[in-house]
Order: sequence, then structure tokens, then C-alpha cells
Amino acid sequence: MARTLQDKLAILSDAAKYDASCASSGGERRDARKGGLGSSGGSGICHAYTPDGRCISLLKILMTNFCIFDCAYCINRVSSNVERARFSVDEVVTLTLEFYRRNYIEGLFLSSGVIRSPDRTMADMVRIARTLRQDHGFKGYVHLKTIPDAGPDLIREAGLYADRLSINVELPQDASVRRLAPEKRPETIRAAMAQVRLEGEAATDRTFTGRRPPRFAPAGQSTQMIIGADGTDDVTILQSSTRLYTGYKLRRVYYSAFSPIPDASSALPLIQPPLLREHRLYQADWLLRFYGFTADEIATGAKAGHLDLEIDPKLAWALQHRGLFPLDVNRAAKDMLLRVPGFGTRTVDRIIAARRTRALRYEDLVRMGALIKKARPFISLPGWSPGGLTDSADLRARFAPPPQQLSLI
Amino acid sequence: MSYGVTLPEQGMFDAWREAARIAISHRIPPGELDWAGTGGLFAADPLPDAPGPHRARVPRSFLKLAMSVIWHCAPERLALLYQALWQIDRREGDLLSPADPLGRRLNLMAKAVGRDIHKMHAFVRFRELPATGRRRFAAWFEPEHNTLEPGSRFFAKRFADMDWMIATPHLTARFEAGALGFLPGGTRPDLPEDASETLWATYFANIFNPARIKLDAMRSEMPKRYWKNLPETRLIPDMLKDAEERVARMREAAATAPRPGAAAVSTRYRAAMPVAPVLPETLDEARAAALHCRRCGLCETATQTVWGEGSATARLMMVGEQPGDREDLEGRPFVGPAGQLLRAVMAEAGIDPAEVWLTNAVKHFKFAPRGKQRLHRNPARQEIEHCRRWLDLELALVRPQLVVALGASAAFALTGNDAPLGSRRGQIETGLHGRPVLITWHPAYIVRLPDRTRQAKARKDLMLDISSAAQAAGLGRE
Repeated sequence: MARTLQDKLAILSDAAKYDASCASSGGERRDARKGGLGSSGGSGICHAYTPDGRCISLLKILMTNFCIFDCAYCINRVSSNVERARFSVDEVVTLTLEFYRRNYIEGLFLSSGVIRSPDRTMADMVRIARTLRQDHGFKGYVHLKTIPDAGPDLIREAGLYADRLSINVELPQDASVRRLAPEKRPETIRAAMAQVRLEGEAATDRTFTGRRPPRFAPAGQSTQMIIGADGTDDVTILQSSTRLYTGYKLRRVYYSAFSPIPDASSALPLIQPPLLREHRLYQADWLLRFYGFTADEIATGAKAGHLDLEIDPKLAWALQHRGLFPLDVNRAAKDMLLRVPGFGTRTVDRIIAARRTRALRYEDLVRMGALIKKARPFISLPGWSPGGLTDSADLRARFAPPPQQLSLI
Repeated sequence: MSYGVTLPEQGMFDAWREAARIAISHRIPPGELDWAGTGGLFAADPLPDAPGPHRARVPRSFLKLAMSVIWHCAPERLALLYQALWQIDRREGDLLSPADPLGRRLNLMAKAVGRDIHKMHAFVRFRELPATGRRRFAAWFEPEHNTLEPGSRFFAKRFADMDWMIATPHLTARFEAGALGFLPGGTRPDLPEDASETLWATYFANIFNPARIKLDAMRSEMPKRYWKNLPETRLIPDMLKDAEERVARMREAAATAPRPGAAAVSTRYRAAMPVAPVLPETLDEARAAALHCRRCGLCETATQTVWGEGSATARLMMVGEQPGDREDLEGRPFVGPAGQLLRAVMAEAGIDPAEVWLTNAVKHFKFAPRGKQRLHRNPARQEIEHCRRWLDLELALVRPQLVVALGASAAFALTGNDAPLGSRRGQIETGLHGRPVLITWHPAYIVRLPDRTRQAKARKDLMLDISSAAQAAGLGRE
């Protein structure tokens, strides 16, 4: 039975929804004034939001959900009874361009199940990206998922057309990958990420003649980890992310709470997805990237390796390090201001800019975007002194949600 | 005396700037200017045509702020901007700081305008019109502020190869054959059905994960006031109604029997996956086996096994400590800063790297993340011992006449002796494999020496040792 384009789109977008990434930001600035269609660069645009709170920025689809791999957490694994479909190159290209022209999307995020072999699959995906760029002059955003174990030449070619490449580490520990995704090899996944980093760096170096080398994925690379499918604790996850950020210069590590999938494997629990845990991990990830925290420091606020679900990780850390507080907002160094709960990077920048000309008062902080209620116990400045609040025993209880009485059955 | 000013709907910023410039040049106070127009109840006079004697200067950032605030829908924005200009001219307050009340108000207005423009870029939905020649598209949009004019440049750059029109209640933007123009606004036009909208709805309904509902996140980013012009939002109530049921069905269905034929596919693929030879008999087999090595914990943090390279029948073998950051990423030994020093010294000694075997005592990079860097850490004794299996295989298969141990870790791996290097450097010892080992500095040690003279001395030592090793092995210059 021949499927219509609409049937295929239903199957292959349903199959793609477990990839959390949707970013369309960063990368090179370009537009269609000198021909072609589309523009990109600067901050990304989210064109719509679905009721799961995730944005739709890109047309996120699989080229096919046929797959010869058998990853237990994945709806498309070979042993799953899910309906299968496959797009032709032209179908993906047409969908992308027509959606783009109607301003539904910023571009394409193409992933795929592995068919025949990793190299053949990757070559087909690269062909789609090449057709968009070369035959249609498409200047919008293209994110390609690299297929594990695809050859280095294919990854190099993918980087010519894609703004971003990503390869999923899938699970935070090698042992879990080997257990749940027996066809995937953590060491080749890391080697591919290393290649993407090196190619990206080489593409920004000019040659002796001043000529630019060919572009390579100007928006960098990202990866995704599934949370809650194995027993890894949060601190181990954050250490793993730290290695990914330092080793491969990833723009983002996405954390995806494992959610029940239709036709699940018996290897995994069908639980409510740990959305709050996912949220805390993202907060901790921000602390790693923008606030100068290390995974080990965040760990001091964790309980038995897990982040506190009731309060955010920065507050949890600050409560364990009250000796460093209260901070004098008018004199403290930037790296310490960044550690005050309730102060974001922008607030800190504004504080530093404003205190050059005059001493800040308590009332000024609200206007600078600080979350005063949260910051109050940890700061002092004209108009406010926390007194004994910083060291009070019930400080945590002020921020944690009130305890709930268990209901009787 | 008071003055009235009327500004046009289009090109309002330039008109405001011109009027404000004339007003401030005559030092007309904000209270005497009525931006609501000249046709008011107390028929005010128009501004003088010629500029007055005073010339006001404002920072560029104020102009940028004004260029944004001007599109706000609040009628008082024009007066507020002039008030701000007046204060800047008289140096009253710090208008651009968020701590100033007027500055804060203007900044909030600019922010609202910026957000409205961003939402327009996100939420305009085109429908295709019948075309002759260039393809034609049209959209109806209701912005909160007067943002079509500043917001439409974006569409002109993005959709340059088609004709399009965006109609709003106040203004209509029209892009035809590459030229952008504006017409008065109107009421919602009747746009023809577009088949792509059905596909878009299919996509919207299927990309949604019913197991994770976060309505607040959706509503804060896609405020309800935009919903009436977004075709996909009509699906949301039904999607939500079904969600719980779908998740419950998934849970009840639990695990099913695997798809028939799946096991055969898996078996076939897994059989073709590379396996580690248990007893490697050639260097290639040894390398293949080492790529799978999990004898210690280093394999989980490092990128990959860095195996040796060079001649499989080399008479001289050089052993370093472990791969560094660069070696780990590239998967080749001695390509980082220390490796470059070694290669330079080898070149000076007349040794071609292709005729020696270059390798490390430990095959995985050990490091600690610091900020954005990965800092080298010395391998532990145990890690060197675990990795000796691979070094032994290399020694047994390459069978070099002489081995150069670069640094203490290599010296320990090769000789089992962990005594300090200072007194051993330049000496030949007998290795655990029963053949001679020349001990010398590790190039990374030389790279890191802070003192220039000591560095030069150590480099000379290394050069001397490598030259004599080459000679002993019958390599290099005659």
C-alpha cells in the first residue's frame, strides 16, 4: 500500500520527537538578498509551541524509521512493532522548502534510523542537505544528526552543508550504552565528536594565502543524553557533560527525560518521565557553562549523588557554603556575584556596570533583574543586611515547597 | 505658548527626530509640546520651520533606544522620548541606566517592541496565492505594537525570491519583485486555503509528546493573544484531550513481542561488528584489540585508544608517557606541542619518523577538566601496569634493537624501575623485555620548563640522547 506524504510525515515526525534539540541559533549570518531562499544567524526563532512546552523551530523528522539497530530506549529499534515509513530525498526537500516559505520553520533537523549500513544512511542524509543547499539555494538552518560509525569523509561532507552536527551519546555511562544499545560503540561516538571539533577548528583558520578553508558546521555540535533510563546519578551525568564540553567544545548537551514510548522494550521501566530532574540538570548545566561552577562543586549541594529536586542547584550549593556569604554587592568580585542565588549573568553584568558610577542600594537590585527573595539571605548592601538570616537553621525550608501530607488510600 | 506636532504613520522615526531637533534647538520645554497633533481643541501652532540657535547632542545609544520605542503603541511615547531628550540635553539624571525611572520606562517599552517584532517573525503564517511568474504569498497578522515597518526587513531578506504581503490593521507591507513598500492597513483579507497547512497541522500534532505536558511553558512563549491567527493552535484542545489516554495506553500495552525477523537483523549486524582478537599475532591485530581495551577506567573518559605508529620493523622505538589532549582528539601519537618538539629534534638528528615506532606507555589520555581545558594528569602506577600488555605486544611484534624511554612513566613501564630520572638520563638500562632501553627526558617536561636556560639544556640532552640512540640502532645521518 502506497503511503501518502501526509501519512509518512505523521509517522516520521512522531518518530523524531524524542530528540530534544531544536536550537536554530548561532552559526553564520546569511540571507537571500543575493539569491536563494532563507536567512539565518543571530538568535533562533521558535515558530510554535506544542503543549509539551517544547518549541518548534525546525522541521524535525527522520529520513526513515526503519532501523537495523536495537536500542532498548528507542521507539524505532529493529525489534519494535511501530509502523515504518521512508521519505524520498525530494519529499524531504519539498516539505522543508514549502514549510519554510510559509514561515512555519527556521529550517530542517534531519535524523534517521540506520538502514543497510551507517555509511549508506549518512550518505543519503548528506544528499538531502546538498540538494537543499546546491539545487535550491536554501540559506535556512540545517541540523544533521550524524549516524554513529559513519565514515569521516561523510562527516566532513555533512559539515559543508549543515549548520550544526550532532551525535547522541545517548546515555551518560559507557556501560549503559553497551547494555541498552548493543550496536553503538561509545568510543567511536566520541571519536566522531573529536573529528567534528577538529574540523570545525580547522575551518576557522585561514591559510597562509589568506584564503578561507571550506566551511564546517558553523553552529558547532551538540549531543543528547537520556535521563532516567539507567541508574546513573546526577553528579556522574554532570561529570560526563563536563568532559563533553571540555573535550569536544559542544554548544549544548541536551538532557531528555526518558518518557514511555509506544511498544516499549521490556528492558526499561515505563515510568512517568522525570521532568523535574531534567529541569534541575539543565540548571546545573547552566552553572557549568556560564557561572564557573565545576561538577564537583555542584555535587556538594547534591544528596547521594542526586540534585535536590526541591531547590535549584545554585541555592543548594550556597546553603552548603554559607561561610562565603553574605556578599557585599558593591565590592564582591564577579565570579562570586555569579554564585549568589537569584543573580543571573545579566543581573551581574548590570551590577558591575552600574556600581562603577555609584554605590548600589537594595532598591536598585529589583530593577536590575535580581530575584530579591532568593538573593536576600546571601547579600548585603546599603539598605539591606541579612543579619542572622544567612545562618538561620530554617533557611532551606523558606525556599523548599511546603511538605505535603500523604493521602490516605 | 504651545506647539502641536503631527507625525506620519510611515517613516515616523525620521519625522519625530526632525521635529524633536527643531524643538530642542529653540529650547521648547516638553510641557509646551503637544505630540497629539495640531488639530486639537486649543488649536496649537506648528513648530517653527527653521532650526534655532541651540544644538543638542545625544549619545548613539539614546538614538537606538528611541528608534525602538517609537514603534510602541502607547501614544505618550513621543512625549516621553522628548522628555528624555530634554533631560539628556540638560544632563539631568542618567537616562540610559535602568536605575532611572524614565530610563527604565523607555527601556521596558523598547523591550516590549523588540519582543513584538520577534513574535511577528515567529508567528506570521503565509498562505500561497495563485501566481503568474514569481510565487505569491500573503498573511494576516495582528501585532501588539506598530511593528510591521521595522519587522518587515527581516522578511524581505529571508523571502527575497517570492512576492509576499503582510496585512495588519494599521499597515500593510508588500514585497513585489524585490521591492518593499507599505500601504494602509485594513481588515482581515480572505486568503485561499493552502494544502501545506494540512501538512503543517499533521506535523504539529505528531511532534508533540503526550507523556510530557507543560502548558505553562507553552503559554508563556506563545501567548494566547496570537492564537487566533495561528492555524495549528486549533488542534491543541484535542491533542490535550487525547494525551492522557495515549500515555495510559502505552503503559498498559507494556512490552510486546519483538517484531518477527528483528533477531536475524541484529545477529547479522553484530556478527559484522569489529571484535577484539584474543591473541593478536600481528601489529594490526594488536591495534584492533587495543581499540576495545577496557582494562582500566581511562577508556571511559578518554576519546579513543591512541596506538603507536611508524615502521612495523623499526630498529628504534620511542615510548612516551601517554597521549595528550591533541593526540586524544586526533587518535595519533606525538601530534601535540610536546610531540612537535620531539619531531623537530628527530628531524635535526636526521631521523625519519616513518622508520621508527612511536608509541606511549599508556594508550588513553588521563586528564582533569579545568575551566574549558583538559589538563594532563600523570597515569597511576596501576594504569601503567594494566597498559603494559599493549606495550609488550608492540615490543614483541616490532622487535626493536633499542628503545628510548621518554620520561619517568615510560622508564617505569619499560624497566619496572621508578627511581628518579635525573641520575638515569642518558644511560642504557636493560628493559623487562630483556633488551636495552635508553632513558631520556620527556619532551613535555622540556616544553613545561619555565627557565629558558634549563629548557635549552634539557633540549640539548634530548637531542644528544636521540642522536646516539639513532646511531646505536644504525639510523640517521652517517
